[in-house]
Amino acid sequence: MWLLLRNGRIIDPSQGIDQTGDLLIVDGKIAGTGKPAPSGEGETLDCTGKVIAPGLIDMHVHLREPGFEHKETIASGARAAAAGGFTSILAMPNTNPAVDNRAVVEYVLNEGRSADVKVLTAGAATKANEGAEMAEIGDMIDAGAVAISDDAFPVQSADLLRRVMEYCRMFDVPVLTHCEDKTLTLDSVMNEGLNSTILGLRPWPRQAEEIMVLRNIALAELTGCRLHIQHVSTAGSVEAIRSAKSKGIAVTCETCPQYFSLTDDALCSYDTNAKMNPPLRLESDVEAIKAGLADGTIDVIATDHAPHSLEDKQVELAYAAFGIVGLETAVSLVITNLVKPGILSLADAIAKMTVAPAGILGLQAGTLAEGAVADVTVIDPEAAVTVRASEFKSMGRNTPFEGFELTGRAVATVVGGKVASGSLK
Amino acid sequence: MQLQRKDILGLQNMTTEEMALILETAQSHKEILSRPVKKVPILRGKSICTLFYENSTRTRTSFELAAKIMSADTTSISVAGSAINKGESFKDTLLTLEAMGVDLFVIRHGASGSPHFAGQIVKSHVINAGDGLHEHPTQGLLDMLTIRENKGKFEGLKVVIVGDILHSRVARSNIWGLSKMGAEVRVCGPSTLLPAKIEELPVRVYSSLDQALDGADVVNVLRIQLERMDRGFFPSIREYSRLFGINKDRLRKCKPDVLVMHPGPMNRGIEIAPDVADGEYSVITDQVTNGVAVRMAILYLLLGGGANVAAA
Repeated sequence: MWLLLRNGRIIDPSQGIDQTGDLLIVDGKIAGTGKPAPSGEGETLDCTGKVIAPGLIDMHVHLREPGFEHKETIASGARAAAAGGFTSILAMPNTNPAVDNRAVVEYVLNEGRSADVKVLTAGAATKANEGAEMAEIGDMIDAGAVAISDDAFPVQSADLLRRVMEYCRMFDVPVLTHCEDKTLTLDSVMNEGLNSTILGLRPWPRQAEEIMVLRNIALAELTGCRLHIQHVSTAGSVEAIRSAKSKGIAVTCETCPQYFSLTDDALCSYDTNAKMNPPLRLESDVEAIKAGLADGTIDVIATDHAPHSLEDKQVELAYAAFGIVGLETAVSLVITNLVKPGILSLADAIAKMTVAPAGILGLQAGTLAEGAVADVTVIDPEAAVTVRASEFKSMGRNTPFEGFELTGRAVATVVGGKVASGSLK
Repeated sequence: MQLQRKDILGLQNMTTEEMALILETAQSHKEILSRPVKKVPILRGKSICTLFYENSTRTRTSFELAAKIMSADTTSISVAGSAINKGESFKDTLLTLEAMGVDLFVIRHGASGSPHFAGQIVKSHVINAGDGLHEHPTQGLLDMLTIRENKGKFEGLKVVIVGDILHSRVARSNIWGLSKMGAEVRVCGPSTLLPAKIEELPVRVYSSLDQALDGADVVNVLRIQLERMDRGFFPSIREYSRLFGINKDRLRKCKPDVLVMHPGPMNRGIEIAPDVADGEYSVITDQVTNGVAVRMAILYLLLGGGANVAAA
């Protein structure tokens, strides 16, 4: 079986390649560029005017299974990922039961084997995400977890997180932290500022994030553990991470399209689909995040895909669930808000969604090198897109981007040499 | 004349013309309250539902009296003893009541923005009777009516709002309404109870009460909510009262004809001295009367026909 992606702009940041040509895939592996299709059964996709990139990796998604299958399942989340151009996704452990032991890790990975894309999982840092006792991290890593995270349930105790990070150091897995000092965010709904004052919504100071970013960086320095800071939303966090990197501390970070695309003005109509954690911030934060992406302070673009049911969102704003879906809008938002305005080159944007997360998670992915597993995303960088939640493959419809006119999208997603999603002929 | 809007959600998005129309209409409706037979048939056959997710005595009673004086039928739903406690969503509650023929909802809710949400769910009218920390537009308008009755104008008046600005929807509605009408709005309270970026609203911000009261025409004293104490916004009632309590001595800083207002219910001896509450400058009971008039005006302007109410 072969698949020939013909006449596209091949961009592979892992090898520094940016050239027009054909990419040949044979038996699920990258066979190389500029090679003719072999005899036997195969398929050719015309990629003229398109970009051929390594399969995109989203290192921050919530698949909701087990426990919240009315919001999303591993299968539906993977379909959304394929539609959005992602070939590998990292599930967060805040399920019910939590991904805090070998059995649940194995369950997620087993379900993922029949899904449309590669499903990876992070293990919970603490048992039941309660922030009290360390989970069986070694056993989960042995079972296939590729990272440890406290996402959605940030560990408040510095002492406990210190132990988790010290422990993870011996397995050389990154600890992905959700930075939020919960004592500053009791009942908080939105960014603290003029809008929260006018709207009468419980304020969420940026310092709730920044205090924990600084604390966790200090713990990374103390423990030597690889720290990855999730969903950076403030200018102060960007600055803290930039400073830590300049000191040689082992810290990486991600942001999400919402944090360089929207501000807290999106809450002014009390739109529950603009409620998320961390909350949308100000234009000055958006600018700082773009600067952090441009200068390399921010390593990764992830989505924090957080599907919810209509019932979770069609309620009073204070009671609405936090989070938005992101898998099916990410590529369009990256191209529209980062690539088109010249903040990132297409190659740099792709790097933050391929080779960078692959490196942090230690994955054999994110490359078009000869012999690599053929995970490939074909992107039409000029496609006109109107966001329609009703067309999402995700079960979640909770997007603040409904009706947005964007540019660029994934047009084919190839996972292990097979087309998992696509409209190319 | 009618208001060209479905819902009354706040004063932030209300024009000065709309506010002036409501105040004029309220002034003419107020006469009905002094009639021996307080009943006009203007809203006969209209169905009004007060849907209260928070306790309230005066606002709810005020709306119900306003509706009944105008011959509307009223239904009251409160948190206790309704489907709300059985887990029915706000949306389903609204749709159920609308299906029963409710023409207008009066909604009080602890969550800011809930009346906006309701206004999107139902085709019926929605009046915000206080939502979370956001707005309480009818309170703002009744405060404005009381000020205008006594001062004859808004332009140039120095209006001081004292107390817990952070948690006060009354303060927010007063800030928007009065500043649009040309008054100088001053806010004063402990710095822990002033919300972020309050200085970017059309107000002057004070933490010294004496400075705030200097030359004031109106002092609007907010209720200090004792349940806030557990979040540590101020150390003690005693200290709050010493720093921000309004008493006769403090009022000497104000103009000689200062008006003292309070949205109620009062904590006498805490934010306001009893002799001030009952004293010569107090218009607190006038506010309550004006509350009925303002609510009659709003119900009339949203639901009523073109008939002149005074002739009804």
